[in-house]
Amino acid sequence: MSDDSLNELGDHIAWSPVRADVITAEVCGGALMLTVQAAAIARVLTLLRDDPRCLFEMLVDLTAVDRPARNRRFAVVYHLLSVRVGQRVRVVLEVDEETPVPTVTGVFSSAGWYEREVWDMFGIVFADHPDLRRLLTEPGFDGHPLRRDFPLSGFVEVRYDGESRAVVHEPITLAQQLRTFEVDSPWAGPAGGGG
Amino acid sequence: MGVSAPARAGPAPGVLVGSLRDFVTWARTGSLWTFTVGLGCCAGELAHAQHGPTDLERFGMVARSSPRHADVMIVAGALSNKMAPTLRRLYDQMAEPRWVIAMGSCAGGGGLYHCSYAVVRGIDRIVPVDVHVPGCPPTAEALAHGILTLATRIRRVDRLGR
Repeated sequence: MSDDSLNELGDHIAWSPVRADVITAEVCGGALMLTVQAAAIARVLTLLRDDPRCLFEMLVDLTAVDRPARNRRFAVVYHLLSVRVGQRVRVVLEVDEETPVPTVTGVFSSAGWYEREVWDMFGIVFADHPDLRRLLTEPGFDGHPLRRDFPLSGFVEVRYDGESRAVVHEPITLAQQLRTFEVDSPWAGPAGGGG
Repeated sequence: MGVSAPARAGPAPGVLVGSLRDFVTWARTGSLWTFTVGLGCCAGELAHAQHGPTDLERFGMVARSSPRHADVMIVAGALSNKMAPTLRRLYDQMAEPRWVIAMGSCAGGGGLYHCSYAVVRGIDRIVPVDVHVPGCPPTAEALAHGILTLATRIRRVDRLGR
């Protein structure tokens, strides 16, 4: 898909009813990337799905990025594909830890599990989600693993408890800490960090 | 085996005389039906062990898909925290006497994922393990050796009324 047609699509969106919600639009990596206001995400996706020029009827992926140095640390990313037009669009919104993101399950029903995964991995709350439970980690798990400040070993570990006859969670105790072998060359020797 | 041909004054020809304990142990070690829990790439090596040169069936090992039929549970691969209650439930469904083989580094002690937030650091935190087979993954021969080690252990340690 050439950049010309994607630029054309960007111009089309710039004149659409959601133009006030779109902060930036640029062509990047073979797709049109729209940065939008968090509160307007459902409105933007509805237009992208229904507009006869867009017809982005497939939600390919919904994920997030954690950038702790930023003021609003999370970016939630929606990847859309238009099978009919043959174009891809990437919709990005930025949000902080506390602010809930409106759910888009009303626009794409497949967003339900994606949003559960993002909630599980990043701790981003999706407002009005019909069933916002953890998806990948187990009940009783503590923390959100894909956050940058989440320690690799987590906070809890499991053990079978003979008295209660159940697998229980306990605070983690590691006999050996994670070792890092940071050497540039395997022949660097001990001076290179123990190689 | 303490089974021996009867003395001349004993029972009729064709009758073996021995202790019940030895006969039961012989039957148990000769028909170790397995319930395989393939949780990772070790399961590939487990499949190799069941076919080809090692051919576990010649030791009387039949792979079963239900824990209620099985004597030995072979856990091959990394056990995630989420899977742990399920593994324990499967173990609880096995009838006594029952044994567990932990196959590979991950089942033995977490292996590569020892420091991970999502993996149990050794399945002996969840179920009692009889034999650990080390390796990443262990070869089919190593698993066969572990199984024969278990048979030896049953002969030496396990008795009626375990």
